[in-house]
Amino acid sequence: MTDDELIWRIAGGSGDGIASTSQNFAKALMRAGLHVFTHRHYPSRIRGGHTYTEVRVSSEPVKSRGDGYNFLLALGDSFARNPQENAYYGNEEVKPLSENLDELDEGGVIVYDSGLLDTDDIPNFDERVEENGWHVYDIDLRTMAREHGREVMRNTAGVAVTCAIAGIEPDVIKSLMEDSMPEKVFEPNMSVFDDAYETVLEEFDADAPDVSVPEGEHEEEQVLISGSDAIAYGALDEGCRFIAGYPMTPWTEVFTIMSQNLPEVGGISEQVEDEIAAAALAVGASHAGVKAMSGSSGGGFALMSEPLGLAEMTETPVVLVEAMRAGPSTGMPTKPEQADLEHVLYTSQGDSHRVVFAPSGAEEAYKQTRRAFQIAYEYQIPSIVLYDQKNGGEMRNVPASVFDEEPNPDLGSVISEAELADAPHDPSGKYNRFQHDVEDGVSPRSLPGQEGGRYLATGNEHMPAGHIAEDPDNRVNQVNRRMQKMEAIRADLDGDEETNTHYGPEEAEYGIMTFGSQQGTAEEAVDRLNDDGHSVKMLGVSELAPYPVEEVTEFIRSVDEVLVVEMNASAQFRGLTQKELGRFGEKLSSLLKYNGNPFEPAEIVDGFVTSIVEDGSLPGHETKFVPAASD
Amino acid sequence: MSAFSAIGENAERDRNEYTPGLEPQPTWCPGCGDFGVLKALKGAAAELGLSPEEMLVCTGIGCSGKLNSYFESYGFHTIHGRSLPVARAAKLANPGLTVVAAGGDGDGYGIGGNHFTHTARENHDMTYIVFNNEIFGLTKGQTSPTSPKGHKSKTQPHGSAKDPIRPLSLSLTAGASYIARTAAVNPNQAKDIIVEAIEHDGFSHVDFLTQCPTWNKDAKQYVPYIDINDSEDYEFDNTDRSEASEMMHETENVLHEGTVLTGRYYVDEDRPSYQQEKQRIGEIPEEPLAERYFDDDYEWERVYDTFLDKHK
Repeated sequence: MTDDELIWRIAGGSGDGIASTSQNFAKALMRAGLHVFTHRHYPSRIRGGHTYTEVRVSSEPVKSRGDGYNFLLALGDSFARNPQENAYYGNEEVKPLSENLDELDEGGVIVYDSGLLDTDDIPNFDERVEENGWHVYDIDLRTMAREHGREVMRNTAGVAVTCAIAGIEPDVIKSLMEDSMPEKVFEPNMSVFDDAYETVLEEFDADAPDVSVPEGEHEEEQVLISGSDAIAYGALDEGCRFIAGYPMTPWTEVFTIMSQNLPEVGGISEQVEDEIAAAALAVGASHAGVKAMSGSSGGGFALMSEPLGLAEMTETPVVLVEAMRAGPSTGMPTKPEQADLEHVLYTSQGDSHRVVFAPSGAEEAYKQTRRAFQIAYEYQIPSIVLYDQKNGGEMRNVPASVFDEEPNPDLGSVISEAELADAPHDPSGKYNRFQHDVEDGVSPRSLPGQEGGRYLATGNEHMPAGHIAEDPDNRVNQVNRRMQKMEAIRADLDGDEETNTHYGPEEAEYGIMTFGSQQGTAEEAVDRLNDDGHSVKMLGVSELAPYPVEEVTEFIRSVDEVLVVEMNASAQFRGLTQKELGRFGEKLSSLLKYNGNPFEPAEIVDGFVTSIVEDGSLPGHETKFVPAASD
Repeated sequence: MSAFSAIGENAERDRNEYTPGLEPQPTWCPGCGDFGVLKALKGAAAELGLSPEEMLVCTGIGCSGKLNSYFESYGFHTIHGRSLPVARAAKLANPGLTVVAAGGDGDGYGIGGNHFTHTARENHDMTYIVFNNEIFGLTKGQTSPTSPKGHKSKTQPHGSAKDPIRPLSLSLTAGASYIARTAAVNPNQAKDIIVEAIEHDGFSHVDFLTQCPTWNKDAKQYVPYIDINDSEDYEFDNTDRSEASEMMHETENVLHEGTVLTGRYYVDEDRPSYQQEKQRIGEIPEEPLAERYFDDDYEWERVYDTFLDKHK
């Protein structure tokens, strides 16, 4: 147990307010000058069922959930209890305690609501407590909450107990509660808070465990932001004023945030009949001259394959977001995976192309979502923001200045009415909207309603004015022009400041490659490996298509071996890398995880040491090692 | 100045303004009913004085999908069954546009049936023309959702076991606020109906009977049509939902027996369009959204100014 970080896990039933309580807790500590990072674990049901959120708090920047945790607040699942006599419908009565013990660190703290949970129901509880040196606080939070008003306030009581044990100044939490609660609710919450806090100090030994919250200070103002917030805000700042969607976990979060905010800024949100319609609406709105987006998760995105191809063929800009969850089919709705990579890269028929970004965290998500719009509208091509349940739901502190950016209403390569007067037209009078020889493959588009800009947009192969044609020369010209855009985009992205992430010592013996949500965890693993005397650096790729061939080639060349870390069973990112580079099969091995939980830093550290350094095999089946082609 | 100056540019128009200057020439078969739709749409656009550049004609796939290749306006030839979601979003984004969507009976009632139901339900302010020839034409003669029960084709060699879809009744149930049926062989009525449909503020559904001389020679589409709005035999109030429903049932029961009734079946002028409903609840801006991008005076709000307070 160290002084420099607290990893606090609040566990209970879905629908019991675990998410909001933990969010307030995290925000309060962020305001107190600390770095915070939250990790959510929840089942695919509405009420009841084991859920927890971890809040990692440190004086140093935090990039992942960390390994294990050191403070458990077990609240009880109110929906697993007997609502009426003989009407009991769950078997999760002790899960907030029993399900969480395996990952609790030695010497850690257990606070449980003795009004709801009974340790007698947990096999060998006392032995395990003794073996692990855990400090147990059994407090009847439920009764205490009832005495002050409502039972649901046991969350507040639990937070108060946490403060008493971990040495958090009560005002830190209280001032936030004052901001976030209506007065009527605030008062009883304050009194239950004080009662619980005093109870610990008076009746228990609060100083016994060696667990405390560090002190910290931010140099600039911070905000607590989830990946979903960051994507939505990026879109809004980039001038996106139209969204169409259909709810599907975990994409729903972005859709919800957009829907709640768009009318306020004069935009339109449409919840429609299915995902085919959703993406088609985005295409229609964009065609008419509005920045538009849609999105879904794996199964819903499958339906978007059609309108995605239509957008490419008609060169209609559109941004789609894809929130990966474990598959195939409906898979595990609330669990993260990175197994839709190939789906997103290759779905849709023909030689079709799209731009794919996979931001690593909230800050990058904001910036790359903006970039996705810029590229889509400048090059008239669909771009996709690929993320997953992990970075969608996790919250972290980000400097507020990251979002202090000007909005951008520029529609990209659109021709004005004045320019249309001198632009090339077909003898029929139509505007040559799909001209053959243009710079970077981009032929400016006119918008319906513009004088002199008539053309036909069609998903069939077409002549410069848009008319359907199977002429071989035109076909080759049009295909070449559309493909040429990808090279131009690559060059454009290479000139960016916001690009893929290099981390660790430049001169290193080994490399780790990863993409998207696993990057922060990998960075933490790289730090630990180097601290332990290994020589490792990392490349986090967040521009997946067009692939950064040169940058990755250089990285792989500079090291002896590379371990590719990704959350799927078929090594899709490693496969993409080999396909794009056409070599390096002998240098790339894989560390994979696909059990529904993201990597923890220690798993990458262990995987690296065991598989690469010691050439041994991994214990258990939490992760899987797939050796390089030559091994 | 508006960035879309073609919008609202009212002038006397000639139907030939909607004929493409050079190519392409229609590839529909000689005698195809689709020519009737094209002619009626040109006539209606001219009568309404619509500038070709303020019109957006969205189509799906099939013979009907070629409508906007032969009609001079902005056009979006989309994918099978998807003309409606593209069209309605374009109208939401720029309400100044006159948006017409078109599809066939396979395209509109089959693969696009879901979109049809929901677009009608939401009562989007647009016109939807369905070329109903009771057959898949461009894929060479398969049974379609409106083919009669027992219809034999290469894909239904024993005759279709399905009752045909009842497009008018379906449309009424789903919520369309203007529903009419017309036919290619009835050019004057067809033009008048399309004029009304475009002028109507809400979702206008026109089931347009188009004979297919190549693949559906058996269809009873060459028989004389009776205009229910002119005939004394069919007195009913087309603003009354239940009377309209009864008339729809009548014609949909006898269509394949050779009695074809056309005309305006249902007209609801009172129901607000989707755009009006959205505007009422504050979910759609007053002025056209698409104009904002060209308005130098419009102030674009930043996330930082408006939303970040709750994250601090």
